[in-house]
Amino acid sequence: MLAALALTAIPPEDEALRGDVRAFLDATIAALPPEVRARSWMGFDADFSRRLAANGWIGLTLPAEYGGGGRSPFARFVLVEELLARGAPVSAHWIADRQSGPLILKYGSEAQRRFYLPRICKAEAFFCIGMSEPDTGSDLASVRSRATRVDGGWRLNGRKVWTTNAHRSHYMLALVRTSGSPQDRNRGLSQMIVDLGAQGVTVRPIRDLTGDAHFSEIVLEDVFLPEESLLGREGSGWEQVLAELAYERSGPERLLSASVLLEEWLAHLRQRGGATGEEAQALGRIVAHLAVLRALSIAVTAQLAHGEDPVLAAAVVKDLGTEVEQHVPEAIGRLLAADPLAAPPATLLRTLAYTTQIAPTYSLRGGTREILRGMIARGLGLR
Amino acid sequence: MRELLADTVERILADLCTPAIVRAAEEGAWPAALWRRIEEAGLPVALAPERDGGAGLGWRDVSPVLVAAGRHAAPVPLGEAIAAHALVAAAGSALPEGVPTLALFEGAPNRARSRWSVRARSVPYARNATWVVGTLAGDDPRQSTELLVMKTADAAVAPGPQLAGEGRCDLAWSEAEPALRAPLAGGPSALEVGAALRSAQIAGGIARLLALAVQYAGERKQFGKPIGKFQAIQQQLAVLGELAAAAAMAAELAHDADGLAPDPVRVACAKARTSEAAAAAAAIAHAVHGAIGVTQEHALQLYTRRLWGWRLDFGSEAYWTGVIGRGVLGADGPAWQQILDASSARA
Repeated sequence: MLAALALTAIPPEDEALRGDVRAFLDATIAALPPEVRARSWMGFDADFSRRLAANGWIGLTLPAEYGGGGRSPFARFVLVEELLARGAPVSAHWIADRQSGPLILKYGSEAQRRFYLPRICKAEAFFCIGMSEPDTGSDLASVRSRATRVDGGWRLNGRKVWTTNAHRSHYMLALVRTSGSPQDRNRGLSQMIVDLGAQGVTVRPIRDLTGDAHFSEIVLEDVFLPEESLLGREGSGWEQVLAELAYERSGPERLLSASVLLEEWLAHLRQRGGATGEEAQALGRIVAHLAVLRALSIAVTAQLAHGEDPVLAAAVVKDLGTEVEQHVPEAIGRLLAADPLAAPPATLLRTLAYTTQIAPTYSLRGGTREILRGMIARGLGLR
Repeated sequence: MRELLADTVERILADLCTPAIVRAAEEGAWPAALWRRIEEAGLPVALAPERDGGAGLGWRDVSPVLVAAGRHAAPVPLGEAIAAHALVAAAGSALPEGVPTLALFEGAPNRARSRWSVRARSVPYARNATWVVGTLAGDDPRQSTELLVMKTADAAVAPGPQLAGEGRCDLAWSEAEPALRAPLAGGPSALEVGAALRSAQIAGGIARLLALAVQYAGERKQFGKPIGKFQAIQQQLAVLGELAAAAAMAAELAHDADGLAPDPVRVACAKARTSEAAAAAAAIAHAVHGAIGVTQEHALQLYTRRLWGWRLDFGSEAYWTGVIGRGVLGADGPAWQQILDASSARA
């Protein structure tokens, strides 16, 4: 059964960060139109990332000796939720900050830590995640990209796809096969840090239904990987990837992806001079769900902070969270068009359009809804 | 103290709250032994001050007790009694000996305010209770103006519609003298403490549904294997597990208060969330159980009927989402601030 999650307070010293982040956002992104801010953790702005880094706000939880902030996961929780609630464009450093950095700290050699972590913290090294392939989606253990031993390192061949920001990142942390065949499933997989500037790497951006090109296809042809590209142990890629996914599934980004739309709609209702009963209920339902989810997300963060491995609880938070995130544009669209003659502000409609179009991805990336529910069923002892 | 109370109530209910006892209680047999143990353990007066024989605890301490009452479908007004003593204590008074239950009053006093003509609908365990404790609502039903303790013996009692055999009755007092009366303006209202209480019971009830449904899916075989091996069933039970997790956290939020007054916004969020979850969870549990689940013989219905009832008590999600929404609209600043204020444990 799922262990009960305890209601947890964010420690005051971490809560204290909130005011500084808000003041910073007032000074930096207040003028950005909402349809741009709606992109939030999909919004790429390397300059903005460098300004965050100048404040010491990238790699906040990494040890100071590697250029990090040495703070607790709760400090990062406060920072991230304030960034996302306002729709700050955090995508450039997002993956490096959330998972590649912590993973390199956990599994990397001392040399790898010293090489990558300070650059991550300075927003000089952006990462993407090389998991999916043309024939490998939910069935992650079936990856075919293969690194074979050569003098002084490895030679990598294969393809990766749906890789967010691959065309504007410096490195990809890729899951590849280093021994055996796809029939060996999760045995024989390893994680490699691939320099996306290396010879033999071709990155082709893929345009999504919103008109953005946030993800890419990557072709890897005889890419030479020096010895030190291997992260962690050869053959331990599967365990490392699972640990990585726990970082990816329970954070504030699983509740706040539609936050800018929600706030724009609220501002519109207030400006219009009030809400119908149905609008008030829809707003109240979203707030009630998000309040409970945030409490759950904080509880999972507490488990991470205590060094536990809350894989199941994180899956619960992600599935519940993405459901609410997807409900937000669905409900707001329905209510905005309840009166066929109403003319809501164009900027609100543009924010709605973007959020509606991107919302299906919320429950695809980081593990689909069906995969997460399968994991939870396993946790219940059914599989 | 929370853990001690949780252990105590779990022991008592595991012992004396079997499905057989719940069924007998639904037929009108008051589980006297169970109630005696509950009283001996001091559970009803947990929130009353020590000078009045209570334990002087706050809502946070008793939330596991309320959740356990829901998980065991305890056929006694355990939560109602805790809430009743809390309301009376909040008004600076103490409740005499006897079994209390909880109600929302509607009505008015005579000119001298000495005698009251009031009604209370769908009061659980009315025939077994000595006292009906509640508040009189102001213009907004969440605001209390007056605490009233009425004697059940003085009321005209009519059996009300029963979703779950909790002895629900409609009560009416005509020019009756309250056993106790105190102004409670600005204090907790029966609607709020009742909503908090039901959110915890719902969390407990959903936890029970999850246990029953997972067990059944492992035992029942079709097409040569346990139905829990089918993805269609697994996906539904995963959702049930998620609902259980969300309801449990919502109940914690509702009771995240040191004293006698739960936080109004947290209660609103909790009752809205758990009420929605109650209906969804019951639907899944019944779908997984198939026809056996809708028989009297099977225990599932003892819990699902209560969940449906608790969802409607003290305002369903339709009421509380409206309350929350209007609150956010009327406040300044982003919805985000309201979400923050309602979701972090009070340090």
